[in-house]
Amino acid sequence: MLWETIRLAIQAIFRNAMRSFLTVLGVVIGVAAVIAMVTVGQGSTRQVTADVEKLGTNIVMVLPGQDTMQGGPGGTADPMFTLAINDAVQEQIAAVALSAPISQSRARVVFGNENRRTDIIGTDNRYFEAARWELQRGRLFEPAEVQSGKPVCVIGETVRDSLFGNADPVGETVRIKALSCEVVGWLKSKGASTFGSDQDDFVILPIRTYHRRIAGNTDVSTLFVSVRDGASIQRTMDDITLLMRDLRRIGRGEEDDFEVVDMKQFATMLSGITDILTGLLSAVAAVSLLVGGIGIMNIMLVSVTERTREIGIRLAIGAQARQVLLQFLVEAIILSLIGGLIGIALGLGLAILGARWLAIPFTPDPGIILLAFGFSALVGIVFGYFPARRAARLDPIEALRHE
Amino acid sequence: MADPPLIQLTGITRIYGSGEIAVHALDGVDLTIEAGEFVAIMGPSGSGKSTAMNVIGCLDSPTGGQYRFNGIEVAGLSRDQRALLRRHFLGFVFQGYNLLPRSSALHNVELPLIYKGVGRAQRRAAATEALGKVGLAGRAHHDPSELSGGQQQRVAIARALVGDPQVVLADEPTGNLDTRTSVEIMEMLQALNRDEGLTIVMVTHEADMAAYADRLIWMVDGRIARDEPTRKAS
Repeated sequence: MLWETIRLAIQAIFRNAMRSFLTVLGVVIGVAAVIAMVTVGQGSTRQVTADVEKLGTNIVMVLPGQDTMQGGPGGTADPMFTLAINDAVQEQIAAVALSAPISQSRARVVFGNENRRTDIIGTDNRYFEAARWELQRGRLFEPAEVQSGKPVCVIGETVRDSLFGNADPVGETVRIKALSCEVVGWLKSKGASTFGSDQDDFVILPIRTYHRRIAGNTDVSTLFVSVRDGASIQRTMDDITLLMRDLRRIGRGEEDDFEVVDMKQFATMLSGITDILTGLLSAVAAVSLLVGGIGIMNIMLVSVTERTREIGIRLAIGAQARQVLLQFLVEAIILSLIGGLIGIALGLGLAILGARWLAIPFTPDPGIILLAFGFSALVGIVFGYFPARRAARLDPIEALRHE
Repeated sequence: MADPPLIQLTGITRIYGSGEIAVHALDGVDLTIEAGEFVAIMGPSGSGKSTAMNVIGCLDSPTGGQYRFNGIEVAGLSRDQRALLRRHFLGFVFQGYNLLPRSSALHNVELPLIYKGVGRAQRRAAATEALGKVGLAGRAHHDPSELSGGQQQRVAIARALVGDPQVVLADEPTGNLDTRTSVEIMEMLQALNRDEGLTIVMVTHEADMAAYADRLIWMVDGRIARDEPTRKAS
């Protein structure tokens, strides 16, 4: 009997294929939106997490000035750091594994007829290790090159690609401003970051070379610190803050003129934002599912009116009220489930496109797909019940007289 | 002890509305129909013949009185219980055929068996046999829209017969048909009554058609005015 009911419902749905399709469109759009939103949202959360892990969850950055992360005035008025400060952080805080001094600016790098405006970074080998850069070819800096500020450089994939095409850059000489320097290493690509910026677009010089030949001063703009495994990040940050206050002679009651930033916190905050956005968009999508359900109810009511005579015939030959109810309810549920299935397929398709476009991983979640399927069945039950009950309550004599 | 009569109405009333505007469609009907009879109910419009048909067919509940079907008291039954009674013991033929559109003749005839819970193969066989009985074996897969009025009515008769009912109730079965086709349909009903002992209760306003029955009941103002054998039977 149930099988007959299902068969009957499918027949009724396909008898009016065009109308059925328009009816379920609301559910299709709702389900597709939920699936696409959640899948893309989870993909981007995963991307943020992966980026942080690539960078290292144990990274702390020390920046001059206050509220630089919040877009405040930044370190314009506050003094920069020095190599001596970096050495102090490296040597005096036990939990610090590596502290790399960083100075950087933008400049044009030239090779033959090619040139590119890029980040010129001065640092030392500790940075490569702390930021987990790996060599594609060549080598990092020799200790002597760092000590005496030799004109050598390590370049990122983007710079290599735009200056050298497919050729091997190691051993070639590039020019930055008045400096001619030999490319000794070429780093493996890290690709785009979550925020779409190119992480491979830079040239790295030994910091003394940078100071003397590019900047003309000895400022250090960032300390890039990695914390030892097992050490508390928060405790280390507090220790760095105390040491920095002492080194920069900040009196009691005065505010810091620098900032210590935890990359992990930063990333957690970012994925938090992603989650909130995903939640909001999913709520909007859920509302469209509700609207889709009302659409189904509307058409089922029309269908009951149109088929009043059929209902009368069925009642006259011995159908009980619950059998008529079941017939229309099953029809609404199947209609809604078909919409749900189309929506799931469409949503996954959109998520694939979205993931490709945003360069994030495509991570379909079986839980969400099942939930969407179940939810569309629920929509069918909830919004199909009222029309079905109306059909079941028809009086057979009246229904048979209906034109 | 003798079997109870198939249909026994005692003091049946059916009142629509209430108070001043109440309409007494049936006003104390006493009627007994035995198994094997072919009864025609006639009367002017508004005489209550259709209401009587609906009550006998368990489509409607009487306001008062007793209705025993095969000894079962029907008046107090619920909607769903009456549906069961219709499903197992009654067959209907309507003036407007009332076939499901866009469904084959075979599917239409199968329909009562679906509600009886008969399996697919058995259903097919029974429906095919019933269609053969009304001379439409070759039209099983035609939709009602592809059949003539007479053929549609024959599909409806097959549908009424397929469940092996104790009574077939026919409400103006020839009302939409031309004379020649009407005669065909009436001869078919008559043959079913005569050869298979099928009990038939028919409402009609055409004396020619009523003449095919054995017994004629004439209703006026919700009461039975005359109850007599037809000329043919006497």
